[in-house]
Order: sequence, then C-alpha cells, then structure tokens
Amino acid sequence: MLNLYNTSVSSRMLLGTARYPSPSVLDEAVRLSACEIVTVSLRRETAGGKTGGAFFERIRAMGVHILPNTAGCHSVSEAVLTANMARSVFGTDWIKLEVIGNHDTLQPEVFALVEAARILSGEGFKVFPYTTDDLVVGERLLEAGCGVLMPWCAPIGSAMGPQNLNALRSMRAHFPDTPLIVDAGIGRPSHAMAVMELGYDAVLLNTAVAGAADPALMALAFATGIEAGRMGFEAGLLEPRDMAVPSTPVIGQAVFT
Amino acid sequence: MNIIVNGEALETKGKTLLDLMAELGFEGEWLATAVNNQIVHKPERSRQALRNGDRIEILSPMEGG
Repeated sequence: MLNLYNTSVSSRMLLGTARYPSPSVLDEAVRLSACEIVTVSLRRETAGGKTGGAFFERIRAMGVHILPNTAGCHSVSEAVLTANMARSVFGTDWIKLEVIGNHDTLQPEVFALVEAARILSGEGFKVFPYTTDDLVVGERLLEAGCGVLMPWCAPIGSAMGPQNLNALRSMRAHFPDTPLIVDAGIGRPSHAMAVMELGYDAVLLNTAVAGAADPALMALAFATGIEAGRMGFEAGLLEPRDMAVPSTPVIGQAVFT
Repeated sequence: MNIIVNGEALETKGKTLLDLMAELGFEGEWLATAVNNQIVHKPERSRQALRNGDRIEILSPMEGG
C-alpha cells in the first residue's frame, strides 16, 4: 500500500484527466488501470455554462481521490489563490502545486514553489509539489511542510522518459522515507517501470495515456508496468556485472574428449 | 458599474457578487469565485459588494494533468 498524507491507496498510478478523445474514454482508462487518484484543474467557465458541473459529476462518480492542480500559475500569489479556490470547490486539502518558471520547458520555478508550499502547508493544505530532481530544493520543500515530493523526469508532455536516472537514484537515496512520485515526462510503460525499479513510490501520467491511439489500453499497460516495476524493486534487483556468469551449474558437467 | 469578469469587460446593475452571478446565469455548487485576487466563499457572495473596476474570476472544475 502507498501512504500519502495518511491516505492509503493500492494503485501506484496517478492519472491526469486532460486531453482524452472523449469523457467515456477517460472513464474507461480510469476503470481499466484501477488508478485511485486523478488530477483536475480549475478554469474559467463560460457564463451560464454547465460544463464544469458535468465534469465534476463524472469525476465524483469514479469514486477516486481528487488531486486538484495549480497548473498555469507563475507566481506565489496566483498559486496560493488557485489552491484556495480549488479547496473551496473540490473539498480536499490535497493540492498538486505547480509554479511554472519557463514557458518552453514548463520547468518549475522552484523558489516560488518553496514559498507557496510554505504558505499552503501553513493553511492546512497537503501539498504535492511538482519539482525538479534537485536534492536541495527537495529538502527545502520538506522543511516547508511537504510530505510528498514529485520530481519531473523530463518536460511535461514531452514523452522523453527519464533524462537523468542518476539524479532520480540520488533523490531516492537521499529521501528514503518520503513518498516520491515521478510527475511529468513519462512516455512509455517502460519509462514508468524504470523509475519504479529505482524504488519510486508512484508515477503521475497524463499525456502518454490520453494521447495514445487507445488510451484505455495504454492506461492498463502503464498500470501493469508500474506494478511490475514495483514488484521488481521489492524483490531486489541484481546489479549488472562486467563479465558473464554461467547460470547452469558447472560442477557435474560431462567432459567429452 | 463597469467590471471585468473572467477577463472580459462588462456593465452590471448588480450590487453584490451574488447579484452578478444571477444576472450572468452562473449557478451551481461547483463554482469558485474571487474578487480582486481575494477568494470569496459561497456564503459571502451576497455580502460581497461590487465596486467599479472590480476584477472578478468565476472558475469551474475542468480536466487537468
């Protein structure tokens, strides 16, 4: 079981709800993957519109935990206000805190992120910070009150997969007791499995699933890969060696001359 | 009175945020509101007086990553 702010979940996959070809495909992706946490956002509603209400009803009907985000925020004040508005609508203290610092890479603005995390933690939020793989920033986020860290492994939506496995490995070693979730940049089930084999606690995905030709099947593929990676980590992986080691016993081998 | 709602300039006869929302057809439990970058919770909307030049955000649940 994965424990996030005293909430236990069986699935180690967190799924975004954006960019699916249709709402029913999203439903099917959530159902097939058995994910228990989905991310959502807040956006301007057209006057008289009911789109947001219908979307919220659909998410509630899934019976999953809702993790609202502050996507698109570029400053501390924007992120703090958005988080408070999200709490008033979704009725949860959970917030996926995003403060973006660069338009091209969507890289987190880590200085503003730490400050916003400090303010929101003080207001009772359970902050899930979207951060880089920087150890010092991770430490500052924990000092600010975060109980989870969510490093990127590549730019959001890029599908590049882990760009710096050594940094992710260092982060795992440096924060052995903090839930670590890779958020952003995953493109394939093998990417997700690779970070799970490093001992990461979970993976957050959106575009890699929603953008697939068959999103529901891809959601299942990711869920399977994530579970396999976790089992591999728990089972204890062999370290690579330079030379071959025979797997069949050498003793007792017949000698034909 | 001239105000800005979700980035668009509007003229309203409403005296409060709740009046404005009724005038524009915004109704539903799922809406979040802010006036001049300050959150206004649902019970406070009827007491939130509008002033000329106010910037109002009315937000709704949406898909997100």
